[in-house]
Amino acid sequence: MRRDIYWIPFKTIVIKEFLRFIRIWPQTILPPAITMTLYFVIFGQLIGERIGKMDGFDYVDFIVPGLVLMSVITNSYANVVASFYQAKFMHHVEEILISPVPNWIILAGYVSGGVARGMLVGVVVTGISMLFTNLSIHSYTIALGVFFLTSVLFSLTGFINAVYANSFDDISIVPTFVLTPLTYLGGVFYSIHLLPEFWQTVSLANPILYMVNAFRYGLLGVSDIHLGVAFLIIVAFIAALTTASLYLLRKGVGLKS
Amino acid sequence: MTALSITDLHKRYKGGFHALKGIDLRVEEGDFFALLGPNGAGKSTAIGIICSLVNKTSGKVSVFGDDLDTDPIAVKRHIGLVPQEYNFNHWEPVAEILVNQAGYQGIPRALAWRRTEKLLRQLKLWDKRTVMARNLSGGMKRRLMIARALVHKPRLLILDEPTAGVDIEIRLSMWKFLRQLNEQGTTIILTTHYLEEAENLCRNIAIIHHGKIVEQSSMNILLARLHQQSFELNLQQALDAAPRLEGFQVSLRDATTLEVTVKHGQGLTDLFCRLAESKLEVLSMRNKQNRLEQLFLELTSGDGEQQ
Repeated sequence: MRRDIYWIPFKTIVIKEFLRFIRIWPQTILPPAITMTLYFVIFGQLIGERIGKMDGFDYVDFIVPGLVLMSVITNSYANVVASFYQAKFMHHVEEILISPVPNWIILAGYVSGGVARGMLVGVVVTGISMLFTNLSIHSYTIALGVFFLTSVLFSLTGFINAVYANSFDDISIVPTFVLTPLTYLGGVFYSIHLLPEFWQTVSLANPILYMVNAFRYGLLGVSDIHLGVAFLIIVAFIAALTTASLYLLRKGVGLKS
Repeated sequence: MTALSITDLHKRYKGGFHALKGIDLRVEEGDFFALLGPNGAGKSTAIGIICSLVNKTSGKVSVFGDDLDTDPIAVKRHIGLVPQEYNFNHWEPVAEILVNQAGYQGIPRALAWRRTEKLLRQLKLWDKRTVMARNLSGGMKRRLMIARALVHKPRLLILDEPTAGVDIEIRLSMWKFLRQLNEQGTTIILTTHYLEEAENLCRNIAIIHHGKIVEQSSMNILLARLHQQSFELNLQQALDAAPRLEGFQVSLRDATTLEVTVKHGQGLTDLFCRLAESKLEVLSMRNKQNRLEQLFLELTSGDGEQQ
């Protein structure tokens, strides 16, 4: 690997992205911590005690994996879409475009920035969840694997959204109308076995369901979905989104006239 | 060696607008080259293509022998760009902007910091190194963009209206800096609307109009083509009417200001002889119009039928 054209530019983008979200931590790290605390208090403690057990676990324990993953998804996505769109909007993406940085390094750098924020928020939220639950992690490898891959997947989604976005409104459409509904319907708060058979089948078309369940397996050792299928779907999405992102960068869609 | 070679470069935008209609351009290594043209002539499109910010429709671009199509990475290494618009992250500290740019160019961080310090000191921005870029004045922002373009020591520096909106003092200091840079071997391509800037700094020139190069020559040869020049003379004494100076066209602008047209081939010595014969004492004189400006208007005047 040529250090000057690969490693140094990659490291530069990652450091820049990391410093960006750390510099504005009250907007990036603090809000998910507060939101998740409220979720744990309201859904876990107040309402959860009335719900009782789900899949053999206290309700608050059952929702922890989904809530942690929801934070990872939202923050990985938000980091890349906001940062890359801002770079487009203020034209400082040109700093990279005129430099000898291969497209895949640009993509890897921005995605790593999204992963860094997603993972950091995930760790913070997991730490908060420890205050409300007595979690013992079933499989660190699976939990961290899903954690990481989900973060990559949604960083890529954020990147593609940023490429196509023409206004700040455009970067909030996908989170509002796609991500949030899919996350809430992805088994964060319930087991899909509670749904009628028809809706169980419909739920299988929701990719977030696979991530939430795979992560739940990592933490609790239970899942509505076969673990192999979950990983396969996550990896397939990552491969498709990476290909699409590189194509967009090569064509200069949204970046070059 | 040829620093920049452009052959039959075309750019047609999606809406059908043909911004570049087959331009050919050569800039030799070490040159200080002016690329001039009216608004919308195609200058920024051409620069955008050279710097990989605009996709070309057809044609060839090579920089120091490296082809933009086959080795864009090598081409990008040669070029430093100072664009027309501020295009840095306004929410980043000044020094970080330079260090990051160096990083994109593959320069290790320790070396990037050393170069950043040197450049910020040279361009009198060192005291502002920790200030967010948005808090800089217009002149400082321009200098920041020059520093950023130089952080990887490019062999070809492209300046797209670098002194727009900058006060005269800073402009003169930037001219001095750019001259030094050129003397040290950096090839410079300059676009500007201040034609006296181009006349002062550049040795060679191309004028682009309606997406075509309408003139490319050395500055001296181009200026020698002027058929006539007009001068304004401030006189010691007030006059009632324009004096008769044989061989020169003279008019009285006001009681103490004469306008004299000097044709190509006529010397200024002749003019001063005639003035002395008429016992007119000249306090000061200046070109009525910048020389390059006259030629520029001649070359780019006419309708827009070619658009």
